[in-house]
Amino acid sequence: MSAEGEGEGVSGGGEGEGEEVSGGERDFGTGERPGSSALRGAGRVPRERPEWAAGVRPGHRPLLPVVTADAVAREESARTAERLAARSRERPGDQWPEHVRALRERAAHIRRETLDDLESHLGALTARVTEHGGTVHRAATAADATAVVRRIAAEHGARLVVKSKSMVAEEIGLNPALEADGIEVVETDLGEYIVQLGDERPAHIIAPAAHLSRADVARRFDALAGAEQAQRPRDHSASALAGFARARLRADFRRADMGVTGVNFAVAETGTLALVTNEGNADMVTSQPRVHVAVMTPEKVVPRLADLGVLLPLLSHAGAGQRATVYQTLLNGPRRDGEADGPDALHLVIVDNGRHRILGTKYEDVLACIRCGACQTACPVFRTLGGGHAYGSVYGGPVGAVLAPLLDEHPGDAELPYLSSLCGACADVCPVRIPLPDMLVDLRADHAASRRGPAAAAWHAWSVLWSSRAGYLASLAGTAVAARALPRRALAALPAARRWARGRTLPDLRAAGRLRRAVRRTAGRGSRAARHRDLP
Amino acid sequence: MALFTSCAADLVAPGPALAAARVLAATGAEVTVPRAQTCCGQVALNSGHPAPATRLMRHWVATFEGYDAVVAVSGSCAATVHHRFPRLLTGRWRPRAADVVERTWEFTQYLAQYGGGLDLALTGDVTWHDACHMLRSLGERAAPREVLGRVRGLRLHEAADREVCCGFGGTFALTYPEVSCAMADRKLADGAATGATHVVSSDATCLLHLAGRAERRAVRLRTLHVAELLAAALPDGPGSLAEVAAA
Repeated sequence: MSAEGEGEGVSGGGEGEGEEVSGGERDFGTGERPGSSALRGAGRVPRERPEWAAGVRPGHRPLLPVVTADAVAREESARTAERLAARSRERPGDQWPEHVRALRERAAHIRRETLDDLESHLGALTARVTEHGGTVHRAATAADATAVVRRIAAEHGARLVVKSKSMVAEEIGLNPALEADGIEVVETDLGEYIVQLGDERPAHIIAPAAHLSRADVARRFDALAGAEQAQRPRDHSASALAGFARARLRADFRRADMGVTGVNFAVAETGTLALVTNEGNADMVTSQPRVHVAVMTPEKVVPRLADLGVLLPLLSHAGAGQRATVYQTLLNGPRRDGEADGPDALHLVIVDNGRHRILGTKYEDVLACIRCGACQTACPVFRTLGGGHAYGSVYGGPVGAVLAPLLDEHPGDAELPYLSSLCGACADVCPVRIPLPDMLVDLRADHAASRRGPAAAAWHAWSVLWSSRAGYLASLAGTAVAARALPRRALAALPAARRWARGRTLPDLRAAGRLRRAVRRTAGRGSRAARHRDLP
Repeated sequence: MALFTSCAADLVAPGPALAAARVLAATGAEVTVPRAQTCCGQVALNSGHPAPATRLMRHWVATFEGYDAVVAVSGSCAATVHHRFPRLLTGRWRPRAADVVERTWEFTQYLAQYGGGLDLALTGDVTWHDACHMLRSLGERAAPREVLGRVRGLRLHEAADREVCCGFGGTFALTYPEVSCAMADRKLADGAATGATHVVSSDATCLLHLAGRAERRAVRLRTLHVAELLAAALPDGPGSLAEVAAA
């Protein structure tokens, strides 16, 4: 899905052919092989994002609570929260329109049916794609996958690569890997392009620049154009900004040696690769360059072509509130004899990168995810963090908080399941019914179990104390005594109280046990009756 | 009927439980507060400690299974009983839990069903905060509105983001205090924008968080548990929210 949500309604696409291509192209008429037109001047774009949001994940990552505290404090965060909240209000929680509700149930079933027999669907997909003249590669790890793509690029002498949105490419670090070989990679999804210019990671699965306002985008584009006034966006309206990006990108589409895309769904029955965008950039990336490399994870496979009739409209609805995206691209192999466009070669790279470890576990359902980003938009925690770089993982928001620890790429990701108030909004909006809050709770349990220590022992002792009436009442009495004996300042120095008091006044713990005394006074008969039913 | 008061009531918030007992008694129910009750285990479970949580769940089942009805003063605890108990309890505890879970109600759910005879009046302007577990685990958004709708003189102002989390989230409030407080700020601003004087909800813990934040930020929106509101609306109550606030 495309950059449906960058800032205040900047949206690409949809213009007629034949628009004057400004700037870029005339510089590259003859002679020296040109570089990217879209990225020319990118060095002038200021790096406004914090270090933890950088395009290449920094080697050192501060503790998550430190990162989130910084993220909340950023000026942009409140504005982003408001934008995403407004989007959520348009598509409230569990209020699924009747026709979409039926799709949702069907899709949830299709996704699980697929996961039950993933390898056989992948086998069928591989056979069909090969029959069509494509080449299928299986990669176990991120390094394997990038090695495959680098080899393909080298074989075809690729110097300029245009890319359509792909989260798995982010996951495996494809851009830096290609750039290390001296290849220029240009993001052609408008939101991805905007974040690429600022050397940032995408902030949201389908709205990579959701954390930026129109003014932020204008600032980046102005810096990109630099002193060349004629190239600057004519004004800072959404359409002018989109037009500027379009003109910049168009030259690259024409000149690129290789196109890289993700895959929204891959049909086992027919070998069809399905891509959806609102900007048409996937059509350009897959039709103009000589080589098309599509990167997907195994679970993107669907059994039948007819399943697209369920999944594509559902994806559009859940992701962007659309009945259908503007473009739906269905590819069946490279260009055949007599066809007008399309690549000479098509490579499909299926990257596992840890998914096989999730299959067959209680977390298998997370692989049903269709990357609509609805859980991110709905999540008040994600919103509060100003659009989500603060998760530190490639996939932010609730699905990222589940997936990242399972992929086990960074030890810090184990903290992500705690970065949720367990409000459940993500489960309400999930189009394929993934029980994300339950998974977050289970992941917390796994995390706690992996580090048996004083905390686990304390919880154990506490539960023993609190599963007896005497122990419980004693702890209430003790709390009240401590609350009365200690000055408030001393109480506020205790770890939990200190964290609470960071932004809130402390509740009065002297109230501990007051309820019991009041009940004894007012409901003596009732509580005597109850005593007979107490535990032996 | 047994009143399930929650450990929050025992530790810091006795008001809602006492108020709930008065309101339920006014319906003619014989209300008992079982002395053996402690905690439903939610905090331990959500913190990643299912075994200690399960121990408390078993204790909860043993404490409450002898009653015809169990009414919870917390939507979140009621949701834990309904949603978590059947998933965590095994063996002989599973059918025992299923049996009592069926008879466990959140306070406003019970009143929506059996509280029709109450004479309720209280003038004032309130907004309702849909506490997450009540709303999504328990799937209940209608009952509190129906019950508040029976209070003569009360004006309910729906906030735009009434269904958005207030940022409490149990230990989340301690693990990520800055995020938690920022969420409370939005909730408070959203509630205050309705013109209400009070934000009312089903969970004392959400309200403690919101009240603590409101006090720190000097926001003029007060908090009130729905049980306290309804107790104040009983015939011998103060008559107006302004008097409740002054008390």
